Amino acid sequence: MEIKIEEIRSDLARKIADISGADPAKCYQCGKCSAGCPMAQHMDILPHQLVRLIQIGKIEEVLDSNTPWICAACLTCSVRCPRGIRIAEIMEAVRQVVIRKRDAKRRLDLPGEKREELPPIAIISAYRKIVE
Amino acid sequence: MKILYYPGCTLKTDAVSFEESALLAFQKLGVELEELKRWNCCGTVFSFTTDNVMYHLAPLRNLLRVREEGGEAVFTLCSMCYNTLKRANRLFRDDPEKRDKIKNIMYQEEREYDGKARVVHALELLRDEIGLDALREKTGDRLSNLRLAPYYGCMLLRPDGLGVDDAEDPSVFEDVIRAMGAEAVDFPFRGECCGAYQTVEQPEVVAERTWAILDAAKGCGAHALVVSCPLCAFNLDKRQEITSHLHPEFESMPVLYLTEVLCLALGIPFGDRWRKEHYATVEPVLNRVLEVSGKSG
Amino acid sequence: MKSAPQKKIGVFVCHCGKNIAAVVDVKKVVEEVAALPGVVFSTDYKYMCSQPGQALVQEKIREHGLEGVIVAACTPSLHEATFRKAASDAGLNAFCVEMANIREQCAWVHQGEPDAATDKAIEIITTMVKKTGLDRALVEDTIPITKRALVIGGGVAGIQASLDVADAGYDVVLVEKEPSIGGHMAQLSETFPTLDCAQCILTPKMVAVGTHPKIKILAFSEVRSLDGYVGNFKVAIERKARGVDWTKCTGCGICMEKCPTKVPAEFERNLGKRKAIYSPFPQAVPNKPVIDREHCLHYTKGKCGICEKVCEVGAIDFDQEPEIIEEEVGAIVVATGFDLYSRSNLGEYGAGRIPDVIDSLAFERLLSASGPTSGEIRRPSDGKVPQTVVFVQCAGSRDPEKHKPYCSRICCMYTTKQAMLYKHAVHGGQPYIFYIDIRSGGKNYEEFVERAQGEGVVYTRGKVSKIYQSGDKVAVMGVDTLAGKPVRIDADLVVLAMAMEPRASSSELSRILKIATGPNGFWTEAHPKMNPVGTTTRGIFLAGCGQAPRDVPDTVSQASGAAGKVISLFSHETLTLDPLTVEVDEEICAGCGICVPVCPYEARTLDERKKIALVNEALCQGCGACMIACPNGATVHRNFSKKQILSMVDSLL
Repeated sequence: MEIKIEEIRSDLARKIADISGADPAKCYQCGKCSAGCPMAQHMDILPHQLVRLIQIGKIEEVLDSNTPWICAACLTCSVRCPRGIRIAEIMEAVRQVVIRKRDAKRRLDLPGEKREELPPIAIISAYRKIVE
Repeated sequence: MKILYYPGCTLKTDAVSFEESALLAFQKLGVELEELKRWNCCGTVFSFTTDNVMYHLAPLRNLLRVREEGGEAVFTLCSMCYNTLKRANRLFRDDPEKRDKIKNIMYQEEREYDGKARVVHALELLRDEIGLDALREKTGDRLSNLRLAPYYGCMLLRPDGLGVDDAEDPSVFEDVIRAMGAEAVDFPFRGECCGAYQTVEQPEVVAERTWAILDAAKGCGAHALVVSCPLCAFNLDKRQEITSHLHPEFESMPVLYLTEVLCLALGIPFGDRWRKEHYATVEPVLNRVLEVSGKSG
Repeated sequence: MKSAPQKKIGVFVCHCGKNIAAVVDVKKVVEEVAALPGVVFSTDYKYMCSQPGQALVQEKIREHGLEGVIVAACTPSLHEATFRKAASDAGLNAFCVEMANIREQCAWVHQGEPDAATDKAIEIITTMVKKTGLDRALVEDTIPITKRALVIGGGVAGIQASLDVADAGYDVVLVEKEPSIGGHMAQLSETFPTLDCAQCILTPKMVAVGTHPKIKILAFSEVRSLDGYVGNFKVAIERKARGVDWTKCTGCGICMEKCPTKVPAEFERNLGKRKAIYSPFPQAVPNKPVIDREHCLHYTKGKCGICEKVCEVGAIDFDQEPEIIEEEVGAIVVATGFDLYSRSNLGEYGAGRIPDVIDSLAFERLLSASGPTSGEIRRPSDGKVPQTVVFVQCAGSRDPEKHKPYCSRICCMYTTKQAMLYKHAVHGGQPYIFYIDIRSGGKNYEEFVERAQGEGVVYTRGKVSKIYQSGDKVAVMGVDTLAGKPVRIDADLVVLAMAMEPRASSSELSRILKIATGPNGFWTEAHPKMNPVGTTTRGIFLAGCGQAPRDVPDTVSQASGAAGKVISLFSHETLTLDPLTVEVDEEICAGCGICVPVCPYEARTLDERKKIALVNEALCQGCGACMIACPNGATVHRNFSKKQILSMVDSLL
């Protein structure tokens, strides 16, 4: 793997930092976020690894991963980070970049009975976080 | 006292028991919950996206309605509504640039929102306005046979400094349960996420969380879980159906709303309709309450 | 009226390599400045602070008979002393030497505007020419020195400093707030990297202190007030009421044996008990007990009194009062040490309420052969021997968001040591260390870590997110960042390497001693690189963890360093004072007394008989507050007179 300065300083990397309001550069990779993440075992890249990939400019890999889509936005990571990195916010920024750049026509799979069964709070929050 | 009340979408559809029990319980405690006129869905979640303020219009419109009705505080039961309204409020107050943008977008409103509404959760009202002592007096020992585990979930506690109590070591929910006369079970997963909206596309993932959370509560001797959010309720109650497929040894555990417990504590009969909304049977809890009232005649 | 003749002034403009010369046109400056009234010589040079640069100043003083010298260069806080000494050696009074700061205040901050910077440099020098022209030759006064040292804190730092000063032949008063000296080192089991028994290497020094003819230990005592100045401090020390007459007590220990009241022992980190009348540990120096009035039945309920009955020498004195002891000393070493950040601050690790989650000092007591379990590792909850022990590093350290931003420096090493010692004690046991980095920079430290890995200590890189009770085990939710997987361990015992923090008493002591603490509460050193043992107060020095986290070798070294400074001070017969202080013109002074309360250093007094204000030049720091307050200008700051300052301003207008 080559580390390229253009990738570290790429527009997408900066976009993720802007949208999230977070500073991935300050992460010292302690892993506390991944250690406390309730969804970590289902993610292909752990939260701290995702931040690391952003630090070294491997944005495509970040956009390809399933991690931000498994994230439940519970904020445990952001609350516990010793350096105050807003990891949950970074996840949201990555979701936004994927939706805006690649997948503006995302949909939830919601056939009739499923929609009946689910309370509105679940459907709306899923739309807001995963589709929008 | 009277306070403007924001129900949120789900309390009118899938969590009617939450609202009904709340109205009854708070009335008995001397608080009239006056439903906000013209309220709209708050959006359920607070958007972390810094470059799009549209997401904050929904919650802020509700706060504007509060001010239009002359209120200075709005009461919520649902922790997700609480979190979304409060965070949007804080953003509006703290960020002048975004505030101006939002005001411009909301130009068609008759008034501008002045940022002065306060968002209050049921637990805060019980602790700060009604007071735990008053609660103790009014509830007696009806729940003395119950060990209840309060489940805070995420939205009541995080981010740090915004919630109803300290994010890592809160006590308000346990204090309220104790004030209601039950034994409060402090269990380690009380602030662990239930999976929230992942229940739509990944119900098995949520069902695993259900297992972990309820197993921890059971391990600490709880008879039931108490929640303050219809999504938590759905995930921890309804999803037990999937949990029992994944873990055959799993035994169901009742999941009650804070206000349903409050009704039981205040001697208000448990509604039949409420029973039907619960997946895991609530009979074990109701029986324990009956035992006590039976003894005291 | 005839005005005074112009003083002959020489100006030396430094290039400071490129620092000044790259921005300021030094040649032009030299030319312009040469034309100023009073300047008889001006030149430039590449590095004025160098030997040839200093020699140049000396040569020109002699050649031109200079009466004033200005070196236009860097900030005076770096080289003013250099040029003063050089000039003085060439026969010019040191206080007629000034520096014009054309680097920090000119070249460095105007790097984009060379023309403007050059003009500004000329202006700066012009003002200094005005000042220097009115400088008076000053003589340094001397004060006597009391050759006695006060050491505050009886841990290993205070012990080492006391021994070094006393061995040099000077008296030492060692004040310690606990009943015994020894500090935290006395609580340790074995020390890294040698695995020496801590008490075995410390107690010889403790005994040396206890028996040294020149060291007076005031144990169970605290400093309450400090007056005076270097060489002449007056300190008031409170000897707290012990309830025992230590002049009679033989240290036999019968009272402690017979006392019926047991309370959690602070020395054992609450894992063991002590009596209400107690000495913290068997090798205590002084080996005499104190009575804990909060728990002693005599004080709380008016009952018992068994100790009094069994004491064969009648040393129990329930009515003993605290007493204030006043000492006169010439220098002070502050060696107050550290405490561990409380577990109650870490909610996600159980907020200090999980019995089998303990801190590192508590684990030291478990490891210690003289500890509450006689060196057997047992869980506080049920006394069983833990087979799985998880050590969590950086608990509260390196956490700028919520806790301590700094690294506590010693935890990587002592955790490695504790894991190894645990394995030595429990052969089948498995220690795990969760770490973020391993900091092993000291001598033989890296080798020690290698040894630990070889002995089977499992290091997992990842910060623990949450610790909670799970049945009778303690669940640890961590991560292995190197393997890329979340990790869960169900431990029998968890040891938290809690952050080091300065003593809570530092803030009150800071007020008493009038020395500063930094943002994290540690004592502020005079200069972080060049003077880590000094403070900004002459005569007060620092040693040990009170200044910053460090291990035993560095503490002992620093303590000797502080002692060296004390000994150096005491090696003179008198001390010279900085003459750039304030003086009172007795002709003008009306004795109004406004200057007295205005002085932050309590250096001003009023002579009631003569009705004039006096200045204690040793206390005066030359801040100038009194000069401003004085309504008729009787108070003058030497070489910073109103006339001088105004003429500097005038020259710019």
